[in-house]
Amino acid sequence: MRFLLRRAGFYLIALWAALSFNFVIPRLMPGNPVTAYLAKLQTTNITHAQILAIQKMLGFNPDASIGQQYVEYLNAVLHGDLGIATSQYPTRVGDILARSLPWTVGLVGSSLFLSFLIGTLIGMVMAWKRGSWYDTTVPPLLTFFSAVPYFWMALALAFIFGVNLGWFPSSDGYDVYTTTPGWNLDFISSAVQHSILPVVTLVVGSLAQWVLTMRNTMVTTLSEDYVLMARAKGLPERRTMFNYAARNAILPSVTSFSISLGLVVSGSLLTEIVFNYPGIGYALYTAVFQSDYALLEGCFMVIALAVLIANFASELVYVFLDPRVRQGRS
Amino acid sequence: MQATNLTDQNLETATFLSSARKGGRGVFRAIVANPKISFGVGVVAVFVLAAIAAPLLTPYDPSAHVITTGVSRSVPPSAAHIFGTTGLGQDLFSQILYGARISLVIGFVAAIGSTLLQVLMGLTAAYFGGIIDEILSLITNIFLVLPGLPLTIVLASLAKASSVGQNELTIAIVLLFTSWSYGARVLRAQTLSIKEREFVSAARANGESALRIIFVEILPNEIALVASTFVGTFVYAIGAEVALEFLGLGDISSPSWGVILYWAQVNGALIVGKWWQFVPAGLCVAVLCASLTFVNFGIDELANPNLRSERLMKKKKKSVVA
Repeated sequence: MRFLLRRAGFYLIALWAALSFNFVIPRLMPGNPVTAYLAKLQTTNITHAQILAIQKMLGFNPDASIGQQYVEYLNAVLHGDLGIATSQYPTRVGDILARSLPWTVGLVGSSLFLSFLIGTLIGMVMAWKRGSWYDTTVPPLLTFFSAVPYFWMALALAFIFGVNLGWFPSSDGYDVYTTTPGWNLDFISSAVQHSILPVVTLVVGSLAQWVLTMRNTMVTTLSEDYVLMARAKGLPERRTMFNYAARNAILPSVTSFSISLGLVVSGSLLTEIVFNYPGIGYALYTAVFQSDYALLEGCFMVIALAVLIANFASELVYVFLDPRVRQGRS
Repeated sequence: MQATNLTDQNLETATFLSSARKGGRGVFRAIVANPKISFGVGVVAVFVLAAIAAPLLTPYDPSAHVITTGVSRSVPPSAAHIFGTTGLGQDLFSQILYGARISLVIGFVAAIGSTLLQVLMGLTAAYFGGIIDEILSLITNIFLVLPGLPLTIVLASLAKASSVGQNELTIAIVLLFTSWSYGARVLRAQTLSIKEREFVSAARANGESALRIIFVEILPNEIALVASTFVGTFVYAIGAEVALEFLGLGDISSPSWGVILYWAQVNGALIVGKWWQFVPAGLCVAVLCASLTFVNFGIDELANPNLRSERLMKKKKKSVVA
């Protein structure tokens, strides 16, 4: 329990750090959001009243001290007020994020799940049949795939399976012409179809880490006495592999979850851009292209929040799996 | 570029030394004997040499518009233009060669800076312990848990918007800033165990300064780990740099790998089937990063013989017997 409180405290501090980054970084740069917005308007005759109006719209108050601005900022964020997206005026940043988040969560969640499942199984079998032909050929292949930039893998898959073969749709999150978002079968099946290529991109790109982590720990557990004992008892091979060796080898994979999550989230941002997938990554891309700082920071904040929550959840799983941590000995 | 060249030279010198002094220097021999390391180093060396010798390998200026006639200026690969040309009629092979310079230099600068920071953070935290460790570890863990690429994108796009961000150095600094945390944590863990050894207590008893103990006594014992985190950061930096440039956050007027992909995407090369605008740059990134990762696997194997695949071990045994 004490361990969990400590971890929860850490994640709160990390969240505060993320929010503070968001506040500090734009202010370290020359210029301010108002001048950036004015530059985008590209009009030469701007009245003082207009400037005041824009300042008000962006929630930017140059007369307040930096401390005051910081308090106002934190207060606004805690109330879910992320400002207005200048690129899609007058839409609120919060609305754009709320619309985009489910797509990204779905994409990242299903990719992580599949990648973990497939990767861990492959790694397990590879360690079990150590030295076989696939133990020597699969790792180099996977290493190559994981070194391919996500967005390039996405481009290649979109080109081959989307444009050339026409097997899967390679753009948008659902068929925007024939279906309407909601709980209807047409929309869901269309959304699933549209998610196939992005999910495959992310799974192939992130598989290597799971495979190698699992293989490397499993190789070590296989030489443990209890595995030898299980074999000596004449337990079925499958039972020895799953319940004795793999069960004890899986912990490092759970620990490396946070690194994997970071990779998949990053990958998902780029993959969404290639597939015009309507998630956070696409919103981020729009924000970058249109110099929409409110939206940019909103995207960063929501990604940071999601990643922190997922990491905390993975630690809870870890506590559940490893009794040593539960007793606070780690 | 010179800097990138140097590492390979170092490695090559090392290899050379090992063959010169047969018998001693087990580490160097292991590097040559480990097929993963020699393969990885070899491929990286090819990239470095090609980048340096770019003017000798291609007659075209990477920015020159060499195809100026025809329906489309983007011609498919041919004998004259082995990777084809871009939408503006520029030779892609030259762009790849000159682009390698940019990618390698940015990746190298970011990785060197990041490694220095990792060593500084990781070793000081572990050596001093107590409140210093608490604070440094907290900072490290915060950076570790915050999503790296989104933070990089935010920093790079803000830097680009303000006047500071017109050169590649900014990207290198941004990458340095967002890539150091993992290595720092790994090095801290290693230092925690090394600082308990006798030679450290002996150095302390001799009255050596903390700085000297950290960098002269402890650091050399972790050099394999530092090398491995350096290579890992290098891989990350190259991938992230290409991604940033693909998003248009780099200097879009100088043809680096990411910028080639950016223009290909902007011009919709994929939809019209002009695959040659995408394929070479992406494959270069993949091959370069995979080779560097191989070097890392090799280093891991040197440090942990358990990981070697059985076939290799059998071979070793045989050669020992022979």
